[in-house]
Formats: sequence, C-alpha cells, structure tokens
Amino acid sequence: MQLARVIGTVVSTVKNPSLEGRKLLVIQILDGDLRPTGRPLVAVDSVGAGAGELVFWCRGKEASFALEGIEAPTDCTIIGIVDSESHVKSVAREGERK
Amino acid sequence: MILARVLGNVVATQKNSRYGEARIMLVQPINPDGAPRGVSMLALDSVDAGEGDIVIVVQEGWSASTASTGEAGAAIDSAIIGVVDFIQQDHEVNSV
Repeated sequence: MQLARVIGTVVSTVKNPSLEGRKLLVIQILDGDLRPTGRPLVAVDSVGAGAGELVFWCRGKEASFALEGIEAPTDCTIIGIVDSESHVKSVAREGERK
Repeated sequence: MILARVLGNVVATQKNSRYGEARIMLVQPINPDGAPRGVSMLALDSVDAGEGDIVIVVQEGWSASTASTGEAGAAIDSAIIGVVDFIQQDHEVNSV
C-alpha cells in the first residue's frame, strides 16, 4: 500500500462488466515526503475519493477484495482518504530524526 | 492499472491452449497526457480494443486471466479491461 494523489478521472464506456458503475481515477504515487514517484496509474475507487485528494491504495489481487460482492479485475484500488497531509509530513520528519 | 495505446495485434498460431480465442495486443504504456513511457508490452484483449485506442491494462495474473479467458489460472499477466473515452486531468503533479 502506498500514498498517492488523485490527479484525474478516466472515462471509459467499454470496459469489463465488473467495473461498470465504478469510478476510475488517475493517481500519482507519492513517497513518504509526498513527492511524486513513478508513473501515474489508473485506480478503481472504493471510498469516494475525488480530485486532488491524498489517498492510499492497494496493489495486486488483494486490490479486488476492496470491492465487496464482486470479483473485479483490478490491481490498483483506492482504499482510504488521508485526513491530514500535515500529519503525514510530521510523521515523515519524525522518521528522519530517528 | 496503467494507461496504454494499442499499437496492433500479434498473431500466434502456436501458443498456450488456455489463451483460447483472445487476441494478443501490442501496447505502448503512456502517461495521462499521451506521451509514451517505458517499453511496449503484450496484453490480452477482453473489450475489443483496436489499433490507436487508449486502453486500461491490468497487470495482475488473476484479473488478467479471468477478464480475457473467463477463467483463472492461465499463463497471462496483462489484459486490456477498458477502452478510454477521455482522461480529465484535475490536478498537476509533476511525475518523476
């Protein structure tokens, strides 16, 4: 699981039936200091995330477990919205001091 | 999942029997702005994607196998699971 920023929305009409009605968002992975790292990914939303929000996401087969009741083909699902960015930053600074 | 552009399809008569009738597509991973990123790769099609389409590619075995063949457990690690109509970029983050 990693932190990420929601940077966009993907609109797709023709898609796997299990993903119908699901919001697809473009996310940019962030490191502990909230710096962008790696390539942007397409994520399925499971928590009602929106543009610009700091979120965390799950990779692999386990990403589909977040969408209860369906077996959706996803390797990247947003599973949480971070309440406070300043808290993440202070945790990162604390980590550097140790 | 990643975004990619479909470059074309690969024809292979001699291949793993579990692939069935699924088409094998050559895709180029791209950034949300459409710029190519990294090396091209193969992915099985499950949504009738065509050359030039921007698509969503899942890179996980169970998802790729069930989406493209209907069953888990085939030797497939990537599949096209959606055709992108458009991408709306809401927030600028400079990717590394």
